[in-house]
Amino acid sequence: MEVQSPFRKHLPAILWVAALLGLYFLLQALIAPFVAGISLNLKTVLERLGEVGKFLFAVLGGLAILELYFYQIFFRRPRNLAANIVTRFFQGALVLIVVMIIGYFFELTDLVRYGEGVLGKFFRAPIAWMASLQGFLVSAKIAAEKTASSVGMLVVVIILLAIFGIIQALSERRNSRLGLAYLLILPAFVGILFLIIYPFLFEIRLAFSNASLGTQATKNASYGLLYGWENIKTLFTGNVAKDAKFFDVFWRTILWTVINVTFHVSGGMGLALLLHRPMKLQGFYRTLLVFPWAIPTTIVAMALRNEFDNRYGLFNILLGDLNNWLTTVSHGTANIIGIGNAFAWLAAHIGPVSWKQDPFWAFISILISNIWLGIPFMSVIILGGLQSISQEYYEAAEIDGASKIQQFRFITLPLIRPVLTPAVVLGVVWTFNKFDVIYLITQGGPQEKTDILVSSMYKAAFQFYRYGFTAMFALVIFVFLLGFTLAFLRMTGGLKSATE
Amino acid sequence: MTTPTVTPKKAKPIARAFRWFFYRAHGDSPFKTILVHLTLIIACIIAVYPVLRVVTISLRPNDTLLTTSLRIVPENATLDNYKEVLFGDAAKHRKSDFFLWLWNSISVVAITSVVAVILAAVSAYAFSRFKFPGRATGLVFLLTTQMIPAGMLLLPLFIMLARLKMINTPLGLIIAYAVTSVPLTIWTLKGYYDTIPVDLEEAALIDGASRATVFTAIILPLSTPALAIAFLFSFMGGWSEYLVARVVLQKNEIFTWPLGIFTFAQQFTVSWGQFAAASVLIAIPVMALFLYSSKWLISGLTLGSVKG
Repeated sequence: MEVQSPFRKHLPAILWVAALLGLYFLLQALIAPFVAGISLNLKTVLERLGEVGKFLFAVLGGLAILELYFYQIFFRRPRNLAANIVTRFFQGALVLIVVMIIGYFFELTDLVRYGEGVLGKFFRAPIAWMASLQGFLVSAKIAAEKTASSVGMLVVVIILLAIFGIIQALSERRNSRLGLAYLLILPAFVGILFLIIYPFLFEIRLAFSNASLGTQATKNASYGLLYGWENIKTLFTGNVAKDAKFFDVFWRTILWTVINVTFHVSGGMGLALLLHRPMKLQGFYRTLLVFPWAIPTTIVAMALRNEFDNRYGLFNILLGDLNNWLTTVSHGTANIIGIGNAFAWLAAHIGPVSWKQDPFWAFISILISNIWLGIPFMSVIILGGLQSISQEYYEAAEIDGASKIQQFRFITLPLIRPVLTPAVVLGVVWTFNKFDVIYLITQGGPQEKTDILVSSMYKAAFQFYRYGFTAMFALVIFVFLLGFTLAFLRMTGGLKSATE
Repeated sequence: MTTPTVTPKKAKPIARAFRWFFYRAHGDSPFKTILVHLTLIIACIIAVYPVLRVVTISLRPNDTLLTTSLRIVPENATLDNYKEVLFGDAAKHRKSDFFLWLWNSISVVAITSVVAVILAAVSAYAFSRFKFPGRATGLVFLLTTQMIPAGMLLLPLFIMLARLKMINTPLGLIIAYAVTSVPLTIWTLKGYYDTIPVDLEEAALIDGASRATVFTAIILPLSTPALAIAFLFSFMGGWSEYLVARVVLQKNEIFTWPLGIFTFAQQFTVSWGQFAAASVLIAIPVMALFLYSSKWLISGLTLGSVKG
């Protein structure tokens, strides 16, 4: 039997306490003298915690109630006819109320307008009931004005739980083969319905409207097929953001995507092939090479934006140095025929460029940035694929006398295809949609000559407030991307393995 | 292992050295090794130098911010920029919002990730283990949501949030971020669940355990690494997001850090040093976390799509 001294036994706890105390005093010493200069304070922290906590509680609570409801539908069977009638009555009533609330939500977010008629009264009824419940609670002195809404919610929840209790008591257990599956996907499904499907429907409706800043978004907007036609006409013949034309931007987007993905894949492949060989310092190189991916894009993009400054940015400093060097060399070799002229020509043509004012160089600048950002990701993915290829294939090929190039062509490429195909598809879609780099570095300028489709769309919505037009624009882009992806997947059969 | 060298006996020493340097029947010649290392070193410099530049700029004293020097450690290096970013400038009566921005970011992104992981953990299990009508459609649909342009749902969401009076609140941003993180998280987790053998659960089910027990006692503990990845994944996704945040948040008090830092970056001269200092302060923990977890991040990325 081992006897532990009490000191040893409690050592971890003591160390923890000491570490926390040390941290506390360190914070006190380092930050306390400067607290006056920090705008974050305990009050803000607590307020936010309360706000976010309430939100989390509401979301999870709502989902729990929904789950309970569907649980009873799938897994409980009423005992007899009377129980059946009561149960179905309650369940029907609950569905009706949910439909009313959803209808009210539609009106609240301006998807539809019911007007003042029967329909409007019908859908607004639950809210009216809730208001009168709150009024009652306040007048009965159960709740104060401030807490009325939360107490009201509490009462509603209690009523709901009581209903569920009644149904539970009136029914017996039954088995459902698929019930559990549906119960499990229900929360995510509701979330997606609310966050993706609903906005999508909203977008379609918006595309057929004249909503803009002038109509106060959707408040005074009018809808109709004619507006949709107008929007399409403007999209293809008019100005997309300020004065850029659709097809210019479209071809630029294609160019942007093709150049980026080509460089990402070839650069990534090159690095992966270099890294995928036994050698010293491999881990060191790998760590350094993922740097561009590891740093938050926002930071890198904003840092690069300054590096493209005409005078003090890194690129022009380097180009300026190169130019000086070429000039010196051309002076030194001026007497040698041919070489001297060649260097003079180079010196005259290579030098600092105006990254911000010249559309061509501005485009090059965002390309450089995005290529630099994207290569590590591809190389890591490809390296993962390379490592899964058994070494035996190469040994066999070597014995058969295959050259390195043949090995690459007939072993490596086919075997990393399952990794490469989805990576390329995702790469294309992401690059097509990726405009934070553009937005942060050039903001689409000069004269919108570096905008791609998505950044034009963003501008149309949030700088020029052409909401209806933007919605149509977004739909067109989406249809295009979807078509591309479906065609690509059909060609490669890419999704089969994943959904089986 | 013997390497058969085919060097003829009477070759001249220089030619032999030449041959030794450039050619090997097996393995890499010194020349090739040097070439590979040289290429990698250049690639590393290209990858790291722009990042180092940010550190350099953050160390520059204010009067030499604008310089064409390429030195990594600037002359008269100082930590003033860091001090000003962290604790404000008492002389100018300016408070530092740095911690406020960080707190805003953390609270928004953490809640998004928690919700996304909870929702995804359960539904991914259903997608992985049950064959129900609508399953394949659902999975493809989830992937399709990745094709939606970033800005596309932003406009309806923006109008929707505006009508619900959620603009300029963290809740609005949480909702907007959840759009992208839930589908991707489901895919990641589904890919991981697929790798857990079904036998384990079947044995437990035969022994009389309920599905719920199986899920909480077998699947969840076994997939803690995947849950951590999923959390990290959606955390990273929202952490440095700029464009959506810019639309939803318009007041300085609730800016997330990308928005906050951008206010520094907008002026070249005035606060470039502060921008760099703030960037370094934020990037260091993120990079440490990323490099530490990149192995798992990558496995998470490829699991969903690549599994054979």
